[in-house]
Amino acid sequence: MKIKKYLLALLLSSSAFLMAGSLGAQEMPEEVAAASEAVEIVTSAAAAVASGDEMAGDYLALLENQGEYAYAFDFFTTSMLWTVIAAALVFIMHLGFATLEAGLTQSKNTVNILFKNVFIIAIGIISYAVIGFNTHYPGDFNGWFSIGSMIGDLNADGGDTFGYGGVGLAMTGYGDFIFQAMFAATAATIVSGAVAERVKLGSFMIFATLLVGLAYPVVGSWHWGGGWLGGLNGGNGFKDFAGSAVVHAFGGFAALACVMLLGPRAGKYVDGKIRPILGHSMPLATIGVFLLFLGWFGFNGGSVLSADPTYVGLVFTTTALAACAGALASIFVSWTFLKKPDLSMALNGILAGLVGITANADIVSPMGSIIIGLIAGVIVVFSIIFFDKIKIDDPVGAISVHGVCGIWGILACALFDVTDSGFTLVGQLIGVLAVGAAAFIFSIIVFGILKATIGIRVSPEEEAEGLDIGEHGQEAYPDFAPSSR
Amino acid sequence: MKLVKAVIKPFKLEEVKEALADIGIEGMTVTEVKGFGRQKGHTEIYRGSEYTVDFLPKVMIEIVVDDADAEKTTEAIVKAAKTGKIGDGKVFVLPVESATRIRTDETGPEAL
Repeated sequence: MKIKKYLLALLLSSSAFLMAGSLGAQEMPEEVAAASEAVEIVTSAAAAVASGDEMAGDYLALLENQGEYAYAFDFFTTSMLWTVIAAALVFIMHLGFATLEAGLTQSKNTVNILFKNVFIIAIGIISYAVIGFNTHYPGDFNGWFSIGSMIGDLNADGGDTFGYGGVGLAMTGYGDFIFQAMFAATAATIVSGAVAERVKLGSFMIFATLLVGLAYPVVGSWHWGGGWLGGLNGGNGFKDFAGSAVVHAFGGFAALACVMLLGPRAGKYVDGKIRPILGHSMPLATIGVFLLFLGWFGFNGGSVLSADPTYVGLVFTTTALAACAGALASIFVSWTFLKKPDLSMALNGILAGLVGITANADIVSPMGSIIIGLIAGVIVVFSIIFFDKIKIDDPVGAISVHGVCGIWGILACALFDVTDSGFTLVGQLIGVLAVGAAAFIFSIIVFGILKATIGIRVSPEEEAEGLDIGEHGQEAYPDFAPSSR
Repeated sequence: MKLVKAVIKPFKLEEVKEALADIGIEGMTVTEVKGFGRQKGHTEIYRGSEYTVDFLPKVMIEIVVDDADAEKTTEAIVKAAKTGKIGDGKVFVLPVESATRIRTDETGPEAL
């Protein structure tokens, strides 16, 4: 019986990848050379088809199309597949945000919360195609500001092979786009929870569009687009692996600005005392946090930007450890200081750990990730209580989870780095404060203009009746005594 | 006819229902209600802030019975719903002017 050996990929490997020694390329040819004495070598698609094996012909033709990159095509395919799976996981985070926010607010505002989340994912991805992606990744620019245009054919000019980003960014142009587009909407979603139950829908939609379409990619370009943050830490570059600063702190500080302009919900502070306004569904909130936890494996894991085995497993592990440590810490702290084990605090603890590890998931040890999560879980409880005390009314704790713990994650890069990459506390602090300040100032200006013109808050009557009826004329739970026709 | 109206602890509903079935009561209407008596409310905590819950969840049972059955119905409810602790609830008995079974147009005690 004849054994055929399809060797095209190896023969093509003489170029870039062999020279670079990537993927253990050097050892392979001898082994195959030894084996090839006993087998018939088929080296092209045409030869495979001629020998009667059309399926092998198809595969070899696919490889031939990769040109000089054919050698590592399997790695590229795996990486690209992981990237789009990760993008889908990040998408699920938007359902997590929707249910978490709905659960931690009153039932009379549920339709409104869900509506905002539907709008944000829709406008987020569309605006990212129209302007965001090319603003976020402008290529050569001044490091501060550049406005991009609508994406073109990202498969063109080698965008569908290693030519797009090499081994470090082993995905096609479209893979890169859709993964980043899923991230973009996150920043506006963070604001949605903080301003819930009183913000005027139209004003929020205008604000969210500008935030996600303009501010997010411009600020993001400072880091991921090759901008000025790359000069921090004595030229070692700002460290923010998956976006503790450029996604989470950005969203958290935008939320802080909006809540300051908006004021607390009616009835939250009576005679100087805090009157808690209870979330209407702890099961929904819990589903939301578990979905966010799941999605975060894509958020962090996908940020490896390839299926590089060195990092994917590490990042999954550090992400999970930090989330669990955050939960345990916030459970312990809330039980000790607030007398009761508060479920909503435990849920925020999971998210705090996740935000804390987002900046550094690929450079810390498992032990380091646990400590980062524990500290995040402690910070978040006290931060939520602090903001409550100073009358910053944030129904879901978004400012604490994303803003405060985002800063912590960035600083942790300098404290827990085991790769000796030269990240300093000062450099990291400058970077995250610049991002936070940009988000804050942008939001103060834009939301401030909206406040002065069309208004940002619903009327007291509408707030009391609920935004579901007031803004949408719908109820989330209309079962009892449905209206007649 | 009398309306027996009882407010009880929610977890006692099953026992009360069975006790009433044992003395031949064939129907009842229950409602989830909230309220307080001398028991008053209790304190809960949400995200670090304490708050007082004045209205506690209760179940209200409404049964219309023949005049002669009102007393034993009350006794059955009291016996089954008692825990001896504060917050057990109350039973009221009120006169009923008329009763009509919608399906058959029967009125009075026949309709019960």
